Amino acid sequence: MSKSINRRDFLKGAGVLAVAGALPVSMVELAFADSAQNFSFAYISDAHLQQIKGAKFVNNWDRGLIRAVAEANLLTPKPDFIVFGGDLAQLGKKAELDHGAEILSALRSNKVYHVMGEHDYYLDLGQYWEKLFGPQFYSFDHKGVHFVVLNSILTYDDWTYKRWPTAEQRMLEMADLDNPNGSPFMVGDKQRDWLKTDLEKINKATPIVVISHSPLQKIYKNWNFWTDDAEQVQALLRPFNKVTVLYGHVHQIQYNQIGNISFNSVMSTAWPWPYPSTYAQAEQYLPKLTVPMNRADPFFERDATGWQFINLSNGNVDMHYDLFSNTNRTVAFNTKTGEPEDTVFQSPDKHIPPQTQY
Amino acid sequence: MHFEQLKFAALWIMATSLAGVLSAPAQADEFTQADLNRWQEQYAKVVKDGRELWTSSKLGSNGVACVQCHPNAADTHPETYPKFQKQLGKVAPIWEMINWCIQNPLEGKALAADDYKMIALQAYITEERRGVKLAPGKH
Repeated sequence: MSKSINRRDFLKGAGVLAVAGALPVSMVELAFADSAQNFSFAYISDAHLQQIKGAKFVNNWDRGLIRAVAEANLLTPKPDFIVFGGDLAQLGKKAELDHGAEILSALRSNKVYHVMGEHDYYLDLGQYWEKLFGPQFYSFDHKGVHFVVLNSILTYDDWTYKRWPTAEQRMLEMADLDNPNGSPFMVGDKQRDWLKTDLEKINKATPIVVISHSPLQKIYKNWNFWTDDAEQVQALLRPFNKVTVLYGHVHQIQYNQIGNISFNSVMSTAWPWPYPSTYAQAEQYLPKLTVPMNRADPFFERDATGWQFINLSNGNVDMHYDLFSNTNRTVAFNTKTGEPEDTVFQSPDKHIPPQTQY
Repeated sequence: MHFEQLKFAALWIMATSLAGVLSAPAQADEFTQADLNRWQEQYAKVVKDGRELWTSSKLGSNGVACVQCHPNAADTHPETYPKFQKQLGKVAPIWEMINWCIQNPLEGKALAADDYKMIALQAYITEERRGVKLAPGKH
């Protein structure tokens, strides 16, 4: 990036995107005082394309991604780029990644940035994925914002390299969310060293957007709503004025604020996940700030998937969730409290019965 | 039959059946720690089989497993059944919802209510939900 943007340069843009329908993609708008610098990007995540046999794939999951792509193509103004947030495949197979790449190839966008998910990784440790989509972690600058994409789903070397007799078994062991044979996610020393170096050259007033698959915060370890070295990553981000972490993996609405870092999750195109608080045997730390999404109705395949666009005015995130067959949600940064808050439902007396998770 | 003979016969029957009771192993009101252990093992085995079915790609026809949407059987609410299942338009027991999931997201064939697999699935779900208060009818 040739020019650092001071946070005062951030002003809420006049044009908020109006998109018809409920799209299972995340629309991101970054608004600048100079409207020529305004830009938006779409965020699609967690497609979990699952091969049955040969050219047959689970229809339900296919439909989610196909729909997201079709609707992302309708976005006006056209997004500058698309992020795919990881877990394109279910079991990391070439056939699944190829199938996903083919569906994503219908995106009318100049650029798709890819994030590694555990379902893409643990069969061949990302080799084929790299061939299709490029490096597993990288950074880029776009119109005054510094973006960092991390591979946050790595784990201990012993687990990855020594524990399993076959790659297929390793993939299966990591694929089930609640498998006690799984292992906690982490960014790891190598990437954290890289991140440190990457951030050294960035002006502290430059807004930073970090994109990872797993939350770079600790919510519930057994389902890997968790990154083991989250605090160490957060420490590297602390010197910056405004930092936003966007993540997938959790298939549900979550938001949080830790110091200068705002956290926002994105939805899956495939299926929703229960909140960890609903597992009666679990000790978990769902951010208190999060007002949960409505409980999913299994009779509607696309329920509890949705889309959101993000207004990053003044370096803070205003997240607008447009949820399929549910009331829309807006989670906006409240400058008085310094936290993201739901503009309607944040107060406990404003909660509605479907938000009760049990 | 003479009354005395009848009385004797009745006493004889009582005596032999009583002897039978006394010589048999402990029954309804008597069980040991070994019995308790054995019954718990039987239960645990069914729960384990239920967990295997829960994570199996073979329960349905398309490779999708229950666990994909319900890690640790969360969001299944066994304590709330039977309840009015709004999507079915009637009060339903949980096994009907399990069958709905097998037939739809898993694209499989419904199980009989007393199918061993159905019993195992319910045992697993309920075990993961242990400690939660019964709340029949809750939506």
